[in-house]
Amino acid sequence: MPPAPSHPLLRAERIERRDPVAGAVLLHPVTLDLHAGEHLVMSGPSGAGKSVLMRSLALLDPLSGGVMSFQGRPVPACDVPLFRSRVAYLRQRPALLGGTVEDNLRLPFELKINAGRMYLRERALQLLEAAGKPAGFLAKEGRDLSGGEAQVMGLVRALQFDPDVLLLDEPTAALDPDSTAQVESLVLGWARERRAEVATVWISHDPAQGVRVGTRHCRMVAGRLSFTDATDADNAGAPREAA
Amino acid sequence: MSGGTYLTDLSWPALAISAALILINGAISLALRLNLEKKLALAALRTVVQLLAVGYVLGWVFAVNRWYVVVAMMVLMTLVAGRAAGERSRWTYRQMRADSIVSVWGSSWLVAAIGLFVVLRVHPWYEPQYVIPILGMILGNTLTGVALGMERITGELQSRRDQIETLLAMGATRWEAFRPAAQAAVRAGMTPVINAMSVVGIVSLPGMMTGQVLAGQAPEAAIRYQIVIMFLISAASGLGTVSVVLLVYKRLFSAEHRFLYWRLTEH
Repeated sequence: MPPAPSHPLLRAERIERRDPVAGAVLLHPVTLDLHAGEHLVMSGPSGAGKSVLMRSLALLDPLSGGVMSFQGRPVPACDVPLFRSRVAYLRQRPALLGGTVEDNLRLPFELKINAGRMYLRERALQLLEAAGKPAGFLAKEGRDLSGGEAQVMGLVRALQFDPDVLLLDEPTAALDPDSTAQVESLVLGWARERRAEVATVWISHDPAQGVRVGTRHCRMVAGRLSFTDATDADNAGAPREAA
Repeated sequence: MSGGTYLTDLSWPALAISAALILINGAISLALRLNLEKKLALAALRTVVQLLAVGYVLGWVFAVNRWYVVVAMMVLMTLVAGRAAGERSRWTYRQMRADSIVSVWGSSWLVAAIGLFVVLRVHPWYEPQYVIPILGMILGNTLTGVALGMERITGELQSRRDQIETLLAMGATRWEAFRPAAQAAVRAGMTPVINAMSVVGIVSLPGMMTGQVLAGQAPEAAIRYQIVIMFLISAASGLGTVSVVLLVYKRLFSAEHRFLYWRLTEH
């Protein structure tokens, strides 16, 4: 079913999260709409809850309150795998699943959610090229990958399914400038290709990167999110933090 | 029953001579400074005390010969085995002990029931002379399978957390994300009985068979019993391993396809 145009791709309504063991507040209630075509960059000190929010957006951690909707509808438990295949979350260091880069790229095609889809080497090569990687990269052993190469592998693994939303948890924090440029050009190239249909969320400590990749910016401090762009001052997510 | 050199009873002096043999181990420990003398002495003492005690208890259970006494004994044995199965893992979660007991209990009683009532057809159904030793042998091996399965599955889940979350994030169902760890754990739990079945009779003569032969039974009859026992043991051990792995799955993965990793804590 095509989404009604008025609906955001992803909507978080007063979602909050507490530590499941100690009960401490990790994320104060936050409301966030992510529309197609938006690229939101989140900054803030480490431990402030950026990853917590991002994992909550990916439905990886249980919410203590609030509702997550995708294309205008709350996500029922049985549809979580489908949701996650449309809203791709990439952790800081992508986990390798054994074998070569190509083995890693093929693996998700074995999942039930991707039944009927076929791994296409041309598509993988196309994405790798956008990241400045030669075809020989496919044959590289996963355990020999550098941090930057692993990140490119993780991105290509996700992008070959053309998700609607890409959640990137500090994708370039541990990378050198060259690798950072490769990762950025891969994501930006893919987003340009699908222009108004997709959205991305980046966690980044680098203000310059925020300017390069972001259309919207927010900041997380001690579990509270505030939007820092002037146009966002009346955003429902941060009435108290609004200047 | 054949006559001749049939041993009816071991005398106390004979037992004492065999006990003296354990002193050899003690001497080795002293010579090599292994510091095992105390542990050895204690273990040897425990063997004597525990077996004497169980001998008296069994003697009493056999003499009373009431179904409720036999069942109470079975429950006690099962609880002890189930508790022991859950105490081995480095990574634990809150209901771990309950899950081990349920796995040991369910699988060993199910298989023991089939063995006793369908294969051996004991009569009456609570005949302690059969029920207690057969359940005991099944429990001992199920305990190993469940303990290994539990230890392995919790360890695998802990060490594979990144992989599991990556799979979930790519749209894997909770089962798809869990499966690689489950395979490793079930394999680990079933390996001992597969090994035992492969070498039985060649490398090892199982205790039960040895006992029967020593007590004067024809080896062919003892072997037939032993084959049945081996299969019962293997079935129960495999079943116990699988069930404990599935119980862990239920505890650590939610219906929303989330991995509740924080429930695993270090022992």
